Amino acid sequence: MSRNDPYPSVDAVVERYHADAAYLVQMLREIQETRGWIAPPVVTELARTLGLSRARVEGVAAFYSFLHLRPVGAYRVLFSDNVTDRMQGSEALLAYLSEKLWVEKGKLSEDGLLSIDTTSCTGLCDQGPGLLVNGRAIPRASRERLDVIAALILDRQPLDQWPAELFAVEDNIRRADLLLGNRLAPGEAIRAAILRGRGGQTEAAANERSWREANPAAALGPAATLEEIKRANLRGRGGAGFGTGVKWEACRNAPGEMHCVVCNADEGEPGTFKDRVLLNRHADLVCEGMTVCAYVIGGGGATRGFIYLRGEYRHLLEPLEAVLARRRAAGLLGRDICGEPGFDFDIEIHVGAGAYVCGEESALIESLEGKRGIPRSRPPYPVTHGYLGQPTVVNNVETFCAAALVAVHGGEWYRAVGTAKSAGTKLLSVSGDCERPGIYEYPFGVTVRQVLEDCGAGVGKRATQAVQVSGPSGTLIDASEFDRRIAFEDLPSAGAFMVFDETRDMFDVARNFVHFFAHESCGFCTPCRVGTAMMRNMVDKIHGGRGTQRDIDEMCQLSKAMHMAAHCGLGHTACNPMQDVMKRFRPAIQRRLRRLEFAPAFDLDAALAVGRRMTGRDDAGAHLETEA
Amino acid sequence: MNESDLPSFLLDGEEIPFTPGQTVIQAALTAGHYIPHLCYHPEFVPHGSCKVCTVKANGRPAAACTLPAQAGLAVESDTDELNDLRRTLVQMLFAEGNHFCPSCEKSGNCMLQALGYDLGVMTAGFRHFFPDRPVDASHPDILLDFNRCIFCKLCVRASEEVDGKGVFSLTGRGIMRHLIVSAESGRLADTDIALTDKALEVCPVGVILRKHVGFAVPIGRRRYDERPISAQALDDAPRMMEPKHG
Repeated sequence: MSRNDPYPSVDAVVERYHADAAYLVQMLREIQETRGWIAPPVVTELARTLGLSRARVEGVAAFYSFLHLRPVGAYRVLFSDNVTDRMQGSEALLAYLSEKLWVEKGKLSEDGLLSIDTTSCTGLCDQGPGLLVNGRAIPRASRERLDVIAALILDRQPLDQWPAELFAVEDNIRRADLLLGNRLAPGEAIRAAILRGRGGQTEAAANERSWREANPAAALGPAATLEEIKRANLRGRGGAGFGTGVKWEACRNAPGEMHCVVCNADEGEPGTFKDRVLLNRHADLVCEGMTVCAYVIGGGGATRGFIYLRGEYRHLLEPLEAVLARRRAAGLLGRDICGEPGFDFDIEIHVGAGAYVCGEESALIESLEGKRGIPRSRPPYPVTHGYLGQPTVVNNVETFCAAALVAVHGGEWYRAVGTAKSAGTKLLSVSGDCERPGIYEYPFGVTVRQVLEDCGAGVGKRATQAVQVSGPSGTLIDASEFDRRIAFEDLPSAGAFMVFDETRDMFDVARNFVHFFAHESCGFCTPCRVGTAMMRNMVDKIHGGRGTQRDIDEMCQLSKAMHMAAHCGLGHTACNPMQDVMKRFRPAIQRRLRRLEFAPAFDLDAALAVGRRMTGRDDAGAHLETEA
Repeated sequence: MNESDLPSFLLDGEEIPFTPGQTVIQAALTAGHYIPHLCYHPEFVPHGSCKVCTVKANGRPAAACTLPAQAGLAVESDTDELNDLRRTLVQMLFAEGNHFCPSCEKSGNCMLQALGYDLGVMTAGFRHFFPDRPVDASHPDILLDFNRCIFCKLCVRASEEVDGKGVFSLTGRGIMRHLIVSAESGRLADTDIALTDKALEVCPVGVILRKHVGFAVPIGRRRYDERPISAQALDDAPRMMEPKHG
């Protein structure tokens, strides 16, 4: 690096992370935060100081959407491109800003000042359209707000001098139940777990059926809390619904030099934003749950904790760091937590860099290790071979919150809420066509109809035609299914609940999701890498009015291959949106088909577009006749 | 150890003995049973990315190369459903890259081409992507034709694990995934690759080519011209009762 380089040196960043290559993604992110992009000499320097091949470092950097290996503008405006953002007018707003600032979508402006593009759902669906400007979240995009932003950009105002009001993100909690309504004090869940291990009663549990009375032979120590987690029948809230107690127990029993607790806050499923609210409003509860987990799985040995925070939630980093610092000062993190000798545990935050696939637990661990976020082959599973090959529990933000509640109140208390197979409550992120989008916490078993009623969907003339439950990788249901229940045994959900009224074109909705998966596929396995891109081309062909029955047949063939052979859940579920639309909203596709047999994807007239632009012609003679 | 002492699983109804630690494909090949595959290489830890070796184990689909062999497992491989899947996957690979066999000097030695023939793939079926992937001819002795890459990562691993160099890496995401070399210029000539590197030997398709020797063996007398890949793969597999050492 040259000597008059104004930025902190690469060496300084590397040193701060003790030259540990596991922090490569964090180093790249930090270097970029000051320099704007990661120049080729920086990659070389980083590889040299870390003792990695240059190609490896470049390979990692180019995997993540938010890391740039080419010069970018001083201002990078990204429009969230979830279907709910589009329904709130994001496309027209993007065009408006592009025109106003004289820049083409996806390209750097001539003066190098800015670029405007789209990005996958930023988790602001209840207050969209969402924006990211240089990584900072801005909700409620509107012409008026874009006018303000455009003026600030043209004025070259640094982001930290923009009005704070622009960045104000609301929590929008509309219905609270036992989780969002909790009044636990910091440390309460940890002390409860320790006390329970000594055979004592927690204050909260004293009012309920005596725990020890019911189980005279119950375990002591951390195993006592594990028993409660199992008794609570707590299941993972990230979507898969794996038993939390079973997971913790397997990890606890696995031998290793250390045990790891990872909080999956890579909330990338479009339409999901509950973890954003939990981390903003209930960060202590998240940490409590993680610490209780460390207590349970640690077995007196070394334990480490990580929060993997999605890059889109970068604005939560400083507040979260403050919470961790406060907890350290209060003896709730660090050595001898709550005065328990040998109970050492701390939490560090890793910030992601724009990769949905990192929400898959083994891909998340790869990313934590400073690699490309590619899901591992399993077995072995993370509970035995996770972070750096050590036994690791990865749980969703909401799962840790629920675990903290169970540690205090006990398993019986928790499982009394919900259904027999789905204990407790579920946070739903409600967005789309409704009066009151936001966070709704319900006991499991609530009907879709109830949620629709509460959020004010279908009010007025426009009836609700469909709900996408659990995001693009979940299930799309139509009005005939609104009596189905949100529960693992019926409609499992990771939290998304997107409402579509009768004016929405369900093919366009699915097309948005197909594009999302093509953009987010990690590219590791053939069926997902090629399949998602082929699906994207096919829906675009149909959208462009050139679709045929043959395209539908090919999509079915692809879906089958992806469903059977893809490496991870992303590939398995990437075909769900089109499959659901084919099953439930067939006319939305059928009416777009041009003819039944075959139409070439290649459009002769469209191919002349470049020539027309170059010659400035658009008269009849510059067009080829195409069939009507 | 005697073969009959070993645990075993069933492959299409036949008993396959295995040594603990082997994956399904390793045990099958060792026992003389072919499962179509592409990114698997007997000298490297299985990677599991091409998914051509997908089988059904106790009814559930899994890649045979990464699936640990387990006693009592019932594995289906040679079924219409799975061979259809394999044909689809091979077609997807042909449509993804630029594979022009008649003008490719790897023709006859290419695993993708050989698999296509063996599985009876007549066309790519799907619409071609025709990606724009410039070749790298910067090195005096080695040519890189990225048009044919199937992302098996074998060169990456050979260079890292055997050659100790890390000349190659995969980058990008989804359909934009691509192979890069370890140089600021992005050119192979500026890396420390050598003609003796293992990385040069492992490419199953025609990405990494030695210059000047392209047609030393004429087309028609090459590896998979002589016999189909299904027979060749069995010859390449380590035999059960032939210990390497001692």
